[in-house]
Order: sequence, then C-alpha cells, then structure tokens
Amino acid sequence: MPGSDLTVRVGGDSAAGGIVTTGEVFARIAAYAGLEVYTTRTVPAEIKGGHVMFQARIAPEAVWSQGDDLDMLIAFDQESIDRYSALIRHDGILIFNSNDSKPPAPNGIKQYPLPLNDLAKSINFQRGRNIITIGAMVKLFDLPYETASAVVEKQLGRKKEMLEQNLLALKTGYEYIEQNVTKAAPYHLSPRAGAEQEARLVLSGNQALSIGAIAAGCRFYAGYPITPASDIMEFLAGEFPKIGGTMIQAEDEIAAIAMALGASFTGLRAMTATSGPGLSLMTELMGHATMAEIPVVIVDVQRAGPSTGMPTKVSQGDLRISVFGAHDDAPRIVIAPVSVEDNFYQIINAFNLAEKYQTPVIFLSDQDMSVRVQTIPSLDLSRVKLVPRELWNPNGNGHGKFERFKDTPSGVSPMSLPGMKGGQYVAEGLEHLPSGEPDYTPEMHSANMFKRGRKIRSAAEVAEEWGMLERFGDLDAPVAICGWGSTIGPVREAVDRAAAEGMPVAVLYTKMIYPLPRAEIAEFIANRKAIIVPEMNYTGQFARMIQAEFWREVISVRKYGGTPFATHEIYAEIKKAYEKVKPARRATTSQRAVKSAKQKTARRK
Amino acid sequence: MISTIDPRIMTFETASLSPNDYKSQVHPIWCPGCGDFGVLSAFYKAVSELHIPTERLVVASGIGCSGRFPAFVNAYGFHGTHGRVLPLATGIKMANPELVVVAAGGDGDAFSIGMGHVPHAIRRNVDITYIVMDNEIYGLTKGQASPTSPVGMERKASPYGTVETPLNPLLIALASGASWVGRGFSSKPKELVELIKQAIQHKGFSFLQVYSPCVTFYDTYDHFKEVTKPLPADHNSRDRLSAMKYAMDEQTLYLGHYYVEDRPTYDEGYAAKREMAHKENYGVPQILSRFTR
Repeated sequence: MPGSDLTVRVGGDSAAGGIVTTGEVFARIAAYAGLEVYTTRTVPAEIKGGHVMFQARIAPEAVWSQGDDLDMLIAFDQESIDRYSALIRHDGILIFNSNDSKPPAPNGIKQYPLPLNDLAKSINFQRGRNIITIGAMVKLFDLPYETASAVVEKQLGRKKEMLEQNLLALKTGYEYIEQNVTKAAPYHLSPRAGAEQEARLVLSGNQALSIGAIAAGCRFYAGYPITPASDIMEFLAGEFPKIGGTMIQAEDEIAAIAMALGASFTGLRAMTATSGPGLSLMTELMGHATMAEIPVVIVDVQRAGPSTGMPTKVSQGDLRISVFGAHDDAPRIVIAPVSVEDNFYQIINAFNLAEKYQTPVIFLSDQDMSVRVQTIPSLDLSRVKLVPRELWNPNGNGHGKFERFKDTPSGVSPMSLPGMKGGQYVAEGLEHLPSGEPDYTPEMHSANMFKRGRKIRSAAEVAEEWGMLERFGDLDAPVAICGWGSTIGPVREAVDRAAAEGMPVAVLYTKMIYPLPRAEIAEFIANRKAIIVPEMNYTGQFARMIQAEFWREVISVRKYGGTPFATHEIYAEIKKAYEKVKPARRATTSQRAVKSAKQKTARRK
Repeated sequence: MISTIDPRIMTFETASLSPNDYKSQVHPIWCPGCGDFGVLSAFYKAVSELHIPTERLVVASGIGCSGRFPAFVNAYGFHGTHGRVLPLATGIKMANPELVVVAAGGDGDAFSIGMGHVPHAIRRNVDITYIVMDNEIYGLTKGQASPTSPVGMERKASPYGTVETPLNPLLIALASGASWVGRGFSSKPKELVELIKQAIQHKGFSFLQVYSPCVTFYDTYDHFKEVTKPLPADHNSRDRLSAMKYAMDEQTLYLGHYYVEDRPTYDEGYAAKREMAHKENYGVPQILSRFTR
C-alpha cells in the first residue's frame, strides 16, 4: 500500500493542451477536499508542442518537496510512458491513454487503459480529454465528486455552455473508472480531522509575492514580459487599478527599472520583476539607485542560464550578479524567500528594507517556487508592519539649506519628495556633495563610499527581528546545513528522515543574503563538524560566499541541471557527512533525534 | 489596518518668480559659448512666465552635456543614466501627475543609446516635455559623430569620414505620433521661450528639438543662422502631412511649432481604467478570499 502521501504525475505533449490545467484543477480539488498539495511542473519554453509534466504531491499533512517516486502516472502519450514509467513505485499504477499509446512491457505495476479519445468522442467534446482525466483521478483518489464539480465550476465556469460540457466530461471520466477499474479508489487519503474547516490558501509563489507587495503598500509596478516572472505583472495589472495603483508594461527591462525609480523618487513604493536576462539589463540603473539612494524592489525569479538558457527551468545562479553585479562597489540588499508562503512575508521585508535604508533590494525567488501551486496556511496579516521611509521635515527646526545626502549616524539621510517646498535637490548619479551637487574630490568619494557601505552593512541588524533567519532540526548536532532559497523543502524532509535514523542535523536558512547576518551565522556554524551548503548552481555561489566571509570549509553540494533537489539527494549528503564525522557526542544527540523523530511520526498519525 | 503609504504633498499655488529665481547655485560647466546656455536661459524665462512653483517642477536628464541641465535649475532634478531619461520621467509623471515634468537630453542620449524609449514615450502620450538639445556631435566624450551628424563627418572615431545617414528627429517624432512637435534654435531666444512655454502647456508628450551648437567640437552657429527659417505662415499645425513635408526639407531647416493634436494623456487614460476597475472596501483580505479553500 502507498504511504501517507501520494505523488501523481501527469505527462503529455503541450500541443494537445491542458496538461497543466489538468494538474492544477486536480490539485485544487484535493486542496478543497481538505488535503495538502504541493505541485511541480516542467513546461517547454515553446507555446505549442513539446513535452509537459505536472506533478502533485498530496497528503493529509503539509509536505515540503515534490516527492521522489510516483504513486501514479497519468500518461497522455507514449513519450510520457517512456520517460516516467521507471519512476513508478513497485506498488504504483499507470493510467495511459489507450488510444494513443501502448503500455510498457509488464513490470509488476498496475496498468489501467483510459481510452481518452473515444471517451471524448462519445460526449462530442474533443478538447475535453483533460477534464475526463480529472474525473478519472477524482474517482481513483476517492475524492468527493461534489467538491470536484464545484471546483470545475469555479475554475472553468466562465462560459455557461462550456461549463456544461466540462461537467459532463468530469462525470464521464469518473464513471469510466467506477465501471472499469475493480477495487476503485486504491489511493484514498482521508483529510486530517477538521482539516476542511481550517482555512487554507491555494497559491503560487508569484501570487503570494504579488499579494505581499500590495500588503506592503506597493502601488507602482513597471515590468517587461519574461518567463517565469510575467505572472507578477499580470496579477498586478488586474489588481492595481482597483486600489489606485499603477502598472506599466514597459518597452524593456531598462525602462521598467527606470520607471520604478522615477516613481519611488516621488515617494511611491515601487517594484519591478524580471528573470536573469532582464536583471542583466537592469544592473546599470541598480548602481544608480545605490548612488542616488533611491528605494526600489527588484524581483528576480531565477531561471537557468546563462544567456537565454532554459527559461522554464529552475536555478539559483543569480546570487553573484545580485550581490556584486555593478561597476565599482554598489552595495545593495539581497534577500531570498524559501517557499511559496515565505514569498508573502519576505517581499514585505524587501519593501521595508528598501524604504528604511533607501536602497535597491533584490529579491531572489526562483522558477520552482514562483510557478508552483501549493496549499499554505492562512497568511497572518497582523505580521504586516510597514516601516516608512525617513522623510525630510520641511517644518522642522533645522536651519540652512536642505542637504539630501547629508551623512548621519545611521548613514540614512532624510529624503524630500517633489512637492515639498525647500526640499529641491537632484537625484544624482555623479559622485556628489551632501547637497547633491556633483563633486569629484577624493575626500568626498571616500566619505560617500563609506556612508553607502556602512548603511547597507547595518541592515543585517534587523534580520533576526524581522524573521529572516529560519532554524530547525537538532541545533546541537555536529552536522549542519546552511542554505538559502527553495532548497529548504527537500532539506526539511531529508533532515527528518536522517534524524529518525540517528543522524541529527542542525539547519539554518538565511533570507538575508547580503549583507549576511554575520553574528548569527558565525554562531550557528561554530563547532560544527561538517557544514553542508546545498544550492542549485554550478559553482556553489553561496558556499563560496560563506567560505569567504567566515574562513570556514564547507561541503558545497551543487545541482545545476534545471530541476530541484530530491529529498534522497540531500539525505545522501547528510549520510556521507556522518560517515566522515567521527562523532564524539553522537550518542546523546542521536538519542535526542530519535526521540524527536518519534514524536513527529506520532503527530503525523 | 493596511493603508497605502502616500506622503506626497500635492497642494500647489502658482508662483511669481523671476527667471533668476529658477537658477540654482550650481554654476554651469558648459564651455563658454555653448548653445545649451541659450536653452537654459530660455527655460528659466519660460517656467517663470508660466508661474510654475519650483517645488512642483521636476527636470530629468540622461548623460552628456545636456545631462547637467537639472543641476542648474532650482527645482527637483533627476540626473539618471545614459539614454534613460524618458522612462525615468514617465515613472515620475505617472506616480504624481501633479508635477510638471521636463526631460532634457541631447542627440546622442535621445537618438542613439536612448532611441528605444523615444517612440514608446510618444505613443503613451505621457504628459511631459522632451527638450532635445541637438548639436549633431558627442561633446562630453570630446567629439565623435552622433546619429544626427552629417554624412562624411571626420573625427577621431571616423578618421575617413562617416558613412551613416543622419536621422531626422522631427520625422521620427511625427511618425511615432507625438501630440506636440516643435523645433527651435538656441540663438533665437525669443522664439525658443515661446516654444518651451507651448510645449510645457500642451497636455501630452511634447517633442522639442533645439539646435544647440557645440562651440568646441562642431561649431555650427553660422551654418544654422544661414539655413534656418521660420515655418511659413500658411502651415497648419493640425496638419500632420504638412508638418512632415516641412520636416523633410534638408535645405531649409524650418523653426517653429510643427504639429499639435488633442489626445488623452497616459495618466488620464490610466485614471479612466482605474475608475473602471475601482472597488470599494477592497484590499488584501478580499484578494486572499479568492484563493481561500
């Protein structure tokens, strides 16, 4: 029998259409039925044609990664069978479109033919194959039919005639399984008691980020279409006009960041979002924002590069360009969320940091967490606190001319906004005097370099207080993982598994990448026997940063093929680390770990 | 609980200031005799005559000799990066339509590195005034041919003479659909003041090309005095074809107001969409309810 959670993958050719819709609608049905859902997809960069895969992991309890093996594969075509049937667990099942493909040679897994083309023809609805499949899945998972039809109505019910056809297709798929698959519903999952009553959101990372930006007071967005960041622009294009905001689709990424800077100069909280190629184009104006001390949030949904690379595949390769991409030293803040939910909270931190320190803040999301649809707990709006920009007070008792870039103990200079009498100044890209007037003296340049650097370094002070450090596992363990970004999901599961086997691991994820919260990280890595740094890039960009900052050897674990880590890959690294470590304190820590793992397992049951 | 941060102060009275009051304390670094001085003086006079309060005025620029323009004006200024003045000015105007936004640039800033932005600012009809000080040369980098330099220009970067045909700025603006187009000359201050005033007063994107000779690297004062002439009196500035016809003349360079049309500005157009989409009592909790199980 399958375990406590189920992983189902849907594969097919995007030219046939509807693969991702199939997965998304099904994920939503499962979520509405009270289950937790975590989805993954790989799509080709082409619009029509090319292989598409959508995967959903479904469980009564929250899950943190996409799942390693398949409990069920739904293959729309032969290619899906060829690619994925080896991933099906020995007790898993294959459902294949018997009109379009042949089943693989018998290998012990159960195979159910689903004559999708015939079924579609029988209801005279050629494009209904995806909804028929959803109907079949609903029956196989024994999910409530009423929930399924309600979701179909909500998601696909914009046109009445279409809705009737879709509901008919749903029923057709459902009944086909009911009549033809003996022991129907082999994959029943019961929601936790009371789960239906708990509020749950079904969101993607880009949606969580966009809603977070609105909550953070952002009212100006300019962007240029780019995969996988365009959803943010589209979301805000729909919402901003309702709430008095402005969304501009710019002519390129340079214009996008320029518009955002112009808007921020007038006092609005402004953002742009892009992916690698766009970030490359923005670097010059990012330097300007550092020089002229203008708050702005720049979202980079990382995808595999360099160059056009793989637009629909994940990477964490933009850390260096985010931290160092500039001519000369242009300090700025770089932060990275770890999950769909965290996108909401960290984008609020991003705006607050930008405003507080009058600086560009680069927000490093990634393709995986940005497009992934997932169930998450309700967002805690009471945690939303807005830190305002320090403004010049025209009625203050300060005498003399306003000096926009006047140095202060914090390095942050009160800012005036167009419209304020007496606050006139030039947002200057040249090196300048406190007044903003251009000045090229060595003294002034040195003083300003120091001011701009000091101001950014001090931002690390808020990391702990603002919830930008996440620790879990056994914090006394000899082996530690220090990471960033969306690798946290498979790490969480691997750490649970290792702990249950007597290999406790301490974990720290920092969401502030630059400046690094030095004190907290130094304390965390002190006295560890091994520090594993997993990340999705070729050179180990974060590992090298940790090594350079702390003069400390780390085990750099890199994956750079365009897919996220699997839980077992992280687990294998923990195991390897433990083989090298001759633990003096092993007995006590592992006892503790076993105990805590047992408690966790008990909670799950 | 969650409110928009909008600390902008938006009550403006009209000002009665002399042109001198618009001068900043920064002394222009331009070469003595530079045409840009003429443009700057005309600008001081124009904004003074329009009674624009200095705190309501924003002058943005890119890079080049023209890029220094904001520093010399007692107003808010944005000295950005090379070629990016139009999107910067667009962001400023769209974020606060109460401001009077003027973008200053040169021929390199506008038609070389920044060319990608010109037609887009024009088609959006952002309510800003774009003054392009055209000296047909790169001055700040010490004399290279620009996109408006004549064919055959011999300079250090083109020792055997340039091969490229110059661009026609007015035709670009007219073809892109600019709602106000004009051309001035830094040595015709009276006419230039009028053109700048009209351009600022026009609701929509105003494109003003100003011949502004570079005394150091390409002294064209005599040339322009010889070949420029006011637009004929029979030219109708609502007639785009007529404007194009005069703009195409390469023997006589006509000065004056070429074209105007009334079209909703970008901020007006966007405001209409906001009105269409507006929802009462709408915010994050309402958005989240759409995604709640």
